[in-house]
Amino acid sequence: MTPQDRALIARLCADRAGLRVDPDKAYLLENRLAPVARREGFGSVHEFICAVRDRDEDRLIWAAVEAMSPAETAFFRDPATFEAIVADVLPQLARRREGGTLRLWAASCGTGQEVYSLAMALEEAAPAGVTLEIFGSDLCERRLEKAQAGVYSQFEVQRGLSARRLVRHFEGLEDGFALSPRVRQMVRWRRVNLLEDLSRLGQFDLVLCRNLMGYLLEEARPRVLANLEATVAPGGWLVLGSAEASGALSAAPGRPGLHQRAATARAAA
Amino acid sequence: MLKDPADVKLCLVVDDSRVVRKVARRILEDLGVEVAEASDGVEALAWVRTAMPDFILLDWNMPVMNGMEFLKALRAEPGGQAPRVIFCSVENDLDRIREALDEGACEYIMKPFDGDIVASKLALAGVL
Repeated sequence: MTPQDRALIARLCADRAGLRVDPDKAYLLENRLAPVARREGFGSVHEFICAVRDRDEDRLIWAAVEAMSPAETAFFRDPATFEAIVADVLPQLARRREGGTLRLWAASCGTGQEVYSLAMALEEAAPAGVTLEIFGSDLCERRLEKAQAGVYSQFEVQRGLSARRLVRHFEGLEDGFALSPRVRQMVRWRRVNLLEDLSRLGQFDLVLCRNLMGYLLEEARPRVLANLEATVAPGGWLVLGSAEASGALSAAPGRPGLHQRAATARAAA
Repeated sequence: MLKDPADVKLCLVVDDSRVVRKVARRILEDLGVEVAEASDGVEALAWVRTAMPDFILLDWNMPVMNGMEFLKALRAEPGGQAPRVIFCSVENDLDRIREALDEGACEYIMKPFDGDIVASKLALAGVL
């Protein structure tokens, strides 16, 4: 990989998805792009990047950009935030929507741990009187495929997931653990670039997008944040990382990362 | 950050592998936990009779007295209900894990483990 290769990848990530990729982190680019190069049949990352440059094919460009998008994830990450969502936010939303549908969205769900954590918690204690619609989305198609399969390694199921939840919701495989179909079927999946117009997704009562902002270029953050905020229904919640703030929604006192849209103004969706 | 000595938790690591005990000790000490070691259930019982630990990292398959036998004996000791027990074993069959939880273990670590897994599991067990 040449410095020009790395600069090209950084520029494509910035243009296509607002991603902040440091072209000096050669090891990170190599780590993320080597499996893509192999999968696409190239002998090296350099050859792959040459093809990205010369062929100018959308599919190859996206394969590179998607591989560079943030992959960090764990079950029940930030347990205090999760507890607040499950114990307070969801029951409150369920009362507001009684007889209707609660729409929940994990906007940068990676390989699915976060959205499945939500689904597991809801399977254990479903709020009464509402239908649930749970969506998981990510920029990266490959990660969504893994998420949808719901199969995790022994290492992955030991990050944030309790042994009780492991035996309750998973089945042992030869090499790994499979989430029960009951929980998997609660979630629907879609590839979404948060830099694009999100209005086609409709509005949500709860939007999770934790700890993504740090991976975005400063100039991309306001746009992604505004896009996300626009998808939050009146009275609904946007959950960001505990150090991240929303401009348009009010922060919940004492609950880092949780923001709520005022319930008034427009009629309930 | 230095902790008040009264806040330092004592963990008994019970494993017949010296390497595993050493790795566990290093991880636990980095988390600010004091560590005692035993190489089987009988040694572990002798330990808890002198100083009852706050929690126990317990291997399953060991010579002399295995982890499950030790857990049952521990619970019959005076004060033996108190320590949280976290199994730590190569056994990754979900039925066996269920069995350990049913016997009163509060968490379960499948080997091999790393520092992140131990920290995550101790937090879930409510001991850190």
